[in-house]
Formats: sequence, C-alpha cells, structure tokens
Amino acid sequence: MKQTVSIRGSAHTNLIHDSAIKHVSGGADYCDDIAEPIGTLHAYFGTAKVAHAEIKSMDLSAVRAAPGVVGVLTAEDVPGVNDVSPTGRHDEPLFATEKVEFWGQVLFAVVAESRDIARRAVDLAKIDYTPLPHVIEADEAVAKGYPHVTPPMTLKRGDVAEGQAAAAHRIQGQMRIGGQDHMYLEGHIAFAMPGEDDDVIVHSSTQHPSEAQHMVAHVLGVPSNAVVVNVRRMGGGFGGKESQMNQFCAVAAMAAKKWNRAVKIRPDRDQDMETTGKRHDFVVDYDVAFDEDGKIQAVDNTFAARCGWTSDLSGPVTDRALFHADNAYFYPHVKLQSRPMKTNTVSNTAFRGFGGPQGVVAAERMMEEIAYKLGKDPLDVRKANFYGDTDRNVTPYHQTVEDNVMPRLVAELEQTSDYQARRKAVLEHNAKGGIIRKGLSLTPVKFGISFTATWYNQAGALVHIYNDGSIMLNHGGTEMGQGLNTKIAQVVAEAFQVDFDTIKITKTTTEKVPNTSATAASSGTDLNGMAALNACEQIKERLVRWACDHFDVEALLVEFAPNHVHVGDQTFTFGEFIKQAYMSRVQLWAAGFYKTPKIHWDREKGQGRPFYYYAYGAAVAEVSVDTLTGEYTVDRADVLHDVGKSLNPILDKGQVEGAFVQGMGWLTTEELKWDDKGQLRTHAPSTYKIPLAGDVPREFNVNLADWSENRELTVKRSKAVGEPPFMLPICVFEALGMAVASVADYAECPRLDAPATPECVLMAVERLRG
Amino acid sequence: MQHRSEIRFLLNGRNIALSDVGADDTLLDFLRIDQRLTGSKEGCAEGDCGACTVLVGRLVNGGLVYETVNACIRFLASLDGCHVVTIEYLGGPNGRLSPVQQAMVEHHGSQCGFCTPGIVMSLYALWMQHEHPTVKHVETALQGNLCRCTGYAPIIRAAQEVTNYGTPSAEHLATERDGVVTALNDLRDGKRVEVAKGDSRAILPADVDDLATVLEAEPEVTIIAGSTDVGLWVTKFLKRISPAVFIGQLDGLKAIEVTEDAVTMGAGVTYTEAQDVIADYYPHLSEYWDRIAGWQVRNMGTVGGNIANGSPIGDTPPVLIALGASITLRKGATRRVLALEEFFVAYGKQDRAAGEFVESITIPRVSTGHHAAYKISKRRDEDISSIAVGMNVQVENGMIASAVLAFGGMAATPKRAAAAEAALVGQPWSEATLVAAAGKLPEDFQPLTDMRASADYRMKVAQNLFRRFWHESNGDTARLASA
Repeated sequence: MKQTVSIRGSAHTNLIHDSAIKHVSGGADYCDDIAEPIGTLHAYFGTAKVAHAEIKSMDLSAVRAAPGVVGVLTAEDVPGVNDVSPTGRHDEPLFATEKVEFWGQVLFAVVAESRDIARRAVDLAKIDYTPLPHVIEADEAVAKGYPHVTPPMTLKRGDVAEGQAAAAHRIQGQMRIGGQDHMYLEGHIAFAMPGEDDDVIVHSSTQHPSEAQHMVAHVLGVPSNAVVVNVRRMGGGFGGKESQMNQFCAVAAMAAKKWNRAVKIRPDRDQDMETTGKRHDFVVDYDVAFDEDGKIQAVDNTFAARCGWTSDLSGPVTDRALFHADNAYFYPHVKLQSRPMKTNTVSNTAFRGFGGPQGVVAAERMMEEIAYKLGKDPLDVRKANFYGDTDRNVTPYHQTVEDNVMPRLVAELEQTSDYQARRKAVLEHNAKGGIIRKGLSLTPVKFGISFTATWYNQAGALVHIYNDGSIMLNHGGTEMGQGLNTKIAQVVAEAFQVDFDTIKITKTTTEKVPNTSATAASSGTDLNGMAALNACEQIKERLVRWACDHFDVEALLVEFAPNHVHVGDQTFTFGEFIKQAYMSRVQLWAAGFYKTPKIHWDREKGQGRPFYYYAYGAAVAEVSVDTLTGEYTVDRADVLHDVGKSLNPILDKGQVEGAFVQGMGWLTTEELKWDDKGQLRTHAPSTYKIPLAGDVPREFNVNLADWSENRELTVKRSKAVGEPPFMLPICVFEALGMAVASVADYAECPRLDAPATPECVLMAVERLRG
Repeated sequence: MQHRSEIRFLLNGRNIALSDVGADDTLLDFLRIDQRLTGSKEGCAEGDCGACTVLVGRLVNGGLVYETVNACIRFLASLDGCHVVTIEYLGGPNGRLSPVQQAMVEHHGSQCGFCTPGIVMSLYALWMQHEHPTVKHVETALQGNLCRCTGYAPIIRAAQEVTNYGTPSAEHLATERDGVVTALNDLRDGKRVEVAKGDSRAILPADVDDLATVLEAEPEVTIIAGSTDVGLWVTKFLKRISPAVFIGQLDGLKAIEVTEDAVTMGAGVTYTEAQDVIADYYPHLSEYWDRIAGWQVRNMGTVGGNIANGSPIGDTPPVLIALGASITLRKGATRRVLALEEFFVAYGKQDRAAGEFVESITIPRVSTGHHAAYKISKRRDEDISSIAVGMNVQVENGMIASAVLAFGGMAATPKRAAAAEAALVGQPWSEATLVAAAGKLPEDFQPLTDMRASADYRMKVAQNLFRRFWHESNGDTARLASA
C-alpha cells in the first residue's frame, strides 16, 4: 500500500517556530531560567567611571569586606591569559591592569551570595585615576592621529583619476552614520558549574559557543576539552552575542573553579549597554564622479569607523563595509579605503549586516546626490547604475556578479507598489507647500553571503536515530529566534520523510559538534542545514545498503515515503524499519560536515570571490514629515525580497519584517549619545529608543520573490535571510530626505545624517530653508 | 489602631501570606526567584520593555479590575489585597493555550520569545476590554512592550484575530471572577499593614487619615504611589527607600469629583483611571494622555506622583499648569491649597514640608479659549519628553485677554513662559502675534542639551509649536495624523 499523504513540516512549507508554544506560555527556558544549584554565587563587574586614564590605585578592601561578598577577581587572579580578544590579536584584557580605555571597561568582578549584594558591593571600590584626554568620534580619532585597531583595507579597480577626468560632474561630501545597540531583550548572561579536574560547564546566551569555549579555556589556562559551553536559545542576538559574551563566560568560569560553586553573572541593562559593543558608527567621505545621465564614472570613498578600544571584530566589519560600498551598482573606476579607528569607547562588534549596512547607506547617499544634482528621480539614477548581466558586472573586489536579479525585482516592486503614480501624488502634495510634507523612495539591497574569513564557512551536525525511530538533531548553529532549528529540522524531516514532530531539537553544545563557527553572517541555515543533510544522507545510505542486502532488493526499490519505508513490495512504518535496522546492527547516527565551495579571498590583493552568492531585495517607503517639529510617520512600506526557494516562507517573511523595523530604528530613533566626559548616556530603553508597535509602517506589504531559486547548490536552493533585509528601510531614510528637500524645492541634497531623529530632520529643514 | 504584619494576596488563584517583605523587594524577583515562575522576564528593570508584564487584579468600588503592570518596578508590599496573574496562569489544564496565546502561535508572533510572555499579557488585558480591537487599540496596548525581532507586524495581526480562538467570557479569569472577588474581599481587614525584612520596612496605611498619622510620626519616609519612578531608584540606582509608605491602594486617594467649575482628583488616581474624565472635560489632552509612558506605567503611575516627585520633565505638570490647576497638600489634619506652578521651587525642591503629602489635584473646567497640549519626543510613544507644552489663550473681541504657556523640559522645573505670555496679552489673536511671542522664548528659557535633545532643538521646536497652535486653533492640519 503506497502512502500518498505528505509529511508534516517538510522543507518549503510554512511551519511555526518549534518553540512557539513554549514562548507564548512562558515555558521556554533562557539561561536565567535554569534552576540554580544550592550555593550558587553571583558575580558582577566593577567598571571604570572614566573614559581614558592611568589607574593609579585600585583599593578593593571595602568590596571584599562587604557582608555576603565571597571574593573579588582581578587581572592577578587570571590563571591563564588575561585576554578575551576574539581574533587572536591579544589586545583585549579581560580585566584592566594599568590603563582604562573607555567608560565602562571592566576592572574587576565581585562574587557574592546574591546578585543584589554583588551589585551593591562594586560601588565600594576606590579607584584612583590619572585622567588622559579621550577621543569618541572616528573622524576626531583620524584628526588626532589615533591608531588603527586592525590593518585597514583598500579595494581598487580601474583608474579613479581617469574616471573623474572623463566625468561631467563630481560631488564630494561627508556622511555620519550612527551606531546601534543590539537591545536584544535578553541581556548577556553566563552561568558556570564546576566539574572535576579542570572541567567546567558554562551555560550562556551566545551565538558562538565554540569561541566562548576556547576563550574560557584560554583564560583558565586549560585545554579546550575541559570546557563545555551550552546554549538552548537566546532572547535575541543580532550579532551582539557573537564575541561579547566572552568576558561573562570567562569570569563565571573563573569564579566557579576558584570557589567550586555554581556562579552566574548577569549585568543589568545599563551595564550591558555600557560594557558591550555595538554597531560601528562611521564617518564616510565620498567623492563621486558621474555623467549627464547620472551614470557613475568613478568613486573614491573612505570609511572611518568608531571601533572602540580594541579590534574585536572591527577588521572584518570594516572590510564588509567596503564589500558593500557598491550595493547594487557598478563603479567603472573605484577606490575604497577603510579606516578602523581606535577610540575611547566600548569596542564595537558584530551587528546584523556587519558593516554592510554602512557601506550600502553611503552608496545610496551618492545616488541621492546625483539625482538632486541632475534633477532626476533617484530611482532612475539607481536603475542607470545597476550591475549588468554580461558586462558592467565586476565588483570593486573583482568578483563577478553572476546571479543579478535586481532589475526584475525592482521592476516588479515599482509596479506593485504603484511607485510612479504615488511619486507624482507626493510631488503634488508637497507643491501645495503645507506644514506636512511627504517623501517616497525606492532603494535596493544586494548582500554578499559567506563569512569573508573563508575558514568560518564550515559546519557540523550530529543526527541520531534511536531504535524506536525517534530522531535527535544537533548542529553547530544557535537559535536566537530566527527559526534556524525549525528550518534545519524541516530539512531532516524531508530527508527521512518523517513528520517534523519525530525530530527532537536539542541545545547547541560544544560536546556534540566541535569547532563551530558563530551563528552569524546569515549563514546559520546555509551551513548547518547542509551539514545536517550530509548526516542524514550518510545514515540513509547505510539504511539503503542494509535494506538491499537484508531484503534482497535493488536500491531503487528502497523508498523513503511519508512516515514509511517501501522495500520492494513491503512497506514498514519508519519506526519498524529502524528497529529492524538496529537489530541488524546498522549504525543509526552520523556526524555531518559541510564547507562552502567556490569561495576564496586574498585580502592583500583585494581580489577573489569572498561570496558564494548574493541575496537581493528592494523596498519602497512613503513618509510624512511635520516641518515644524521634525516628527514623522512611515505611511506605507512595500517590500519584495529574495530568499531563493524558501525553506519556510512564513519564518523568512518574519525575518524580513523584523529586519525592516530594526533597520528603521537604526536610521530613525536609535541614537547613541556620549557626553563630554565620554560616558554613554543612552544605556537603557528609557533613553535608547528602539521602534514600538506604533512606529511600524501604517501599511506594510512584505512579499518574498517566490520565483527565485538560488543558482548555487545551497540547501534546497534557499538563500540566507538574516541580514540582507536589514538594509531595506534605507528607503525610509531617503524618503525622509525627500520630504525635507521639498522645502527647498529639491534643489539640494538634504544630506541627512543617520539616525534621522526628529531633531535631525527639523534641523535639516531649517538649514534648507536658510 | 491594630496592625497586621504580613501582606496577603492571591497569586495565580493561590493565597499567599508573607511577613518577611522589605520595602524594596520587587514583584519580579519574588516571582522568578522565590516562586520559580520564570515565564515573566527581566529585560530592563526600569519599566520600559514590558518583558515582565503581569496582570494585577484589584477591587475598585467592589468590582474586580485587572490591569497590566511592570513586575520589575512593582514593589511586592504594594500587592496587599490584589490578585497577581502571571503568564503561567493564562492557559488551561493539559497545556491548553488561551486564545491570545493560540493567536500568537498561529500568526508567528514570537521569534526569540523573550518579550513574548509580556506581550501576551498586554494583549490579554486588551482582549478582556476589547474583544475586537483596532490596530490603534493594539498599538496603545503595546506601547510598553518592546520586541526586537518581529517588527510587531505578526503580533498586531495576532491581536486582531484573537476573537477567532475564543471569547473572554469563557476564560477562567472571567469564570472565576466571583470567587476571586470573594477571596479579595476576605483579605480586606481595614488594618494598617507593616512588614519588614531586616531593616527595610514597608507601611501600608489603613486609610488616608492613617496616612496622615504615619507621616506625622515618620516625616522622612519615602512615599510611593505607583512606583514608576521610585521603582527605578531601587532597581537602577540601588537606593535604599526604607521606611516606605505605600499609598496606591488607598481608596480615599482615588476619588474623582466633578463640579460645575472644576475636576478634583485624589493624588492616587492613576493615569488610566483619569483617562475618561480627562477626555470628557479636557478633550485637547486626550491624545496627549495616551502618550504618557506605556500602558503598564499608566496603570501604575499617578498624577499625584507625577507632580509630587517634582521632575522637570514630568508630562502632566505643564499641561495642568496651563489649565490653572491647584493642589491640596495635607499634613495631619491641616490642609493648604497651592497653585500647581508654585509647588515647583527649584530643581529637586518642591514646596512640601516634612510629613506633608499631596492629597488632591483640582483642575478648573474649560469653557472658552484656545487650548493645546504638545509633547515632543524622539520616539512618539513611551518616551520621556524632550519638551512638553501646555497652552491656554483666552481671546476677547479678537484680542488676547490672557495667556498661560507652561513648558516642561525647558528649565529646571516645569515653568511658565512669562515673557512670551506678556507678548501675547493685549495683542490681536493672529499668527504674527504668536510668532512674535515665540521670539521672546529665549528670554524665558535657556534649555539644556542632553541625550534626548539639544538646546537648539528644544528652543526651535518650542518656538515652532506656537505656529502649530495657531494653525490648529484655526482648524488647519498642522500635525501628523497619529502623532
């Protein structure tokens, strides 16, 4: 009897997030929800209250003496190496020793019987400083001769001078792009339990368990095999938990080993925001030459980034800014330089897009400049500069764009969003000269997929089939809300043709899959999905081989059908089949592995193929601006985004919607402000304003390009979705610019800096009005 | 008077009695640490993210009202006589989900899930009030809930579809209502409650007279109404607040009285409780009122507290000063009435004697003139104002007879713009007059630059609002539809 029904939850179907029911009922456990063993201690950081200084003395006697305090940890107590630098540059001491380099730097940790006691005790420290002058802004760092935290990069193609000489127009300008706090709802946390010998188990909210493992080992001075790092799920990551949890994991582990008790460390929101890195702020100096039609001839841009006091991930972040400085556009002659500047601020880190958004937003600024200069619709300028299919298709890093779907995407969106008629209506509205002005903008995104550090493009998975037919799935990726576990389980369900519920998704742990890469660069499903598929294929191959032998049939006659296996004329339930295979001593588990093909990168030469493929998208936004106050609303947004052949369209759509609003926050209300003393003043949701439900576009139409398939052999021809849609809301930013520009009859590019807060918008209106 | 030395309340339908409670113990710590009810999350510990949202049910005029609150800044002691409902209690037996939870699942309203319990609680409270909520209802209900993953779109869709999964009257919070009312009534004994943990003491006076007695005996106590500010002193600044006197539960401070001339509200009236009377008698404040903090904070915070804590950036003082409001201060049996603007002496200093407390606020009713209330903030909802403005201009025969222009965020206290007012009075009611008066504003204020706004922006936008005032007074569109 052949089964015709299909399984529940196969690939390419809409399926709820595997934890959704637990999320809504409060039953999903995060790190702080794990039951604490008796005697659990709590650690808390004592941090610097000065931006730059020599430490004259650190008197912690009152801290130690406080009732309930068990002890204090400083640099002297580090058994291994006092360093948590994620890239091996050895430039990030866990505890400051002689010098403070930013306000909020960790000086020591107190360990106490309760978190409350620990928090209160840190304030008893007496630190004596000799203050030094500090630098906060990237361009100020350039001007004052501050060093690069990591070697800069240059991308070059063609001859810029030649391009400039041939062009009819040339515009130079500067754009300031603000940073962004991750504001994951669950802050940083680590919870360590001592084991025998050198062993320690650390539960943490981390995107990169392997790195946390290696860092803990490095700080404890023990081999990596002594350390286990576990993460079931995160309450959001967005890049903020790619390297920033190292310090928390290291301190919890140190304390757990020292006092042989479980130790938890969880900063409050203020300390989390003061002491962990954010999206890099950039100052971009651009120089664009173009012809009468708005076609770019030459681009010569410099990207200075506020990297903070150490390199952290600033090298690859500033590199990625350059990789995206072209966005979707061909630059015949181009030179792009990064300046990863040291500043006396927290060390900036990964954040969804990883430098890409700053590159893209600067590219879009140049499109606006050209359009205002030539009196054109910016959309026409954008189209004129899109990469071509057979020529004009080489990027500034010499990779050929082979999968360009941008013209089709933009044409579709232009039509479905009724762009032309609405632009006309907006222009007519503004021509009436009222207080409320409108803006409309369509912007594209092209985003390169792969870690530019080529060796990170590898992944592992572990799949067990137990002899009752139930399946355990483990892989190196981490779940932070993106639905990674759901999508990979769908891939496994489809491979074995079993219902999704047959598969148990387990926590990510360094005990099951070693040497994993961060769940980052949008790569989680691409890499781990393929590794899981590889594991499934190994097991299936063994099963088929066994079945052929056992039942004396040809391989073609062994078929995995929905929840059943057909073998010749016989049909077994999946469970029966597995039971028989077990009895026949078939290995029912496998470790899968995957490495991305085709990619290579020579950073010195600035040439190669850093990206396996590109993801594309485009969006249109219409806004209204109050020219008396600078307040605005986003009246409508239409999105068309390319995720290849989606593994789970509804989850992918959720990523696109979420990224859009998060990106809108970056470009509108999310403002990081430091005061004259170098203290970050926006360090909690009371002062740092991410979007609320009321900020979502009044009409919000989000569609996936359902015709798209990845031309490369990715998992089921899908494409990565985490980061690319973050740049879609640049259209909101440019629409605000159009509304502002209307007060001066569009004669001038409004040159908004990001974020375009109501204040920024009003000041631009006032400036244009003269 | 006989005292009781334990607080008593219901938690998810169970009776709880606690004697070992300090003034600064929070509800969230009690839930997560003592009760291991870990569904409520700590996202910010300052009442701004909503991940800790729970429902608090209490008896109001004999009826049971459930409201969302932020458990992170709600003090445990203040829950005497209440029913606390957490996410763990919403579903039914055998893992049955409530309709709100079901809708959130089916519409993919969670991604990382950390904000989700709080969002479910807010949507649940909304659904109990509005079975078919509009998008505006949903947005207002979620002003105090941050989500960093979803972009809210699926949550808004879910909220509007809850009705497909059940009806509020079938929910156990509804069917158990009578039992809960009885149980809460049984907890009421009319006694003063005094509890302590170590040297941290909390006092819940029996009634307003008892409050006056307590304050006379211990004038240096911390008075706590909604704890939406004092909560942060504890959770963020680690300040000791003992001994603390809780007044949010006092029925005697919750009266709202409307006379021919004025509306008088007790100092314990929350923003939510004041909402209807504000909308009815001061329609220009209606939209403004919904922009005070988020829903949870409006359910907890009081108008009296907003005044008494003396902040220069409180949302209500400027608009109430513009209306000519006064406050009644009481010490023992002695009362005095003070114009609200006189209360704010200097930064951090108010005209309130030791042992004295704000008992009520009286706001003259509005019959004539042009009135406006404006709030400017970086983010429209749930943000602290960069500036807040109340305007009240009376015109007779085309000439301005009187003008009160009160500003928050422009000086160290909520303050009237004397020079600008003077430039209006006696002048014709015209845009030119308003623009000229705006030009006088630098004589009244030298605002500060901080993380919310620069001095230049504060001044510029304050001046521009004179023009908005003119246009709106003439019925022109001069601001965004939903702003």
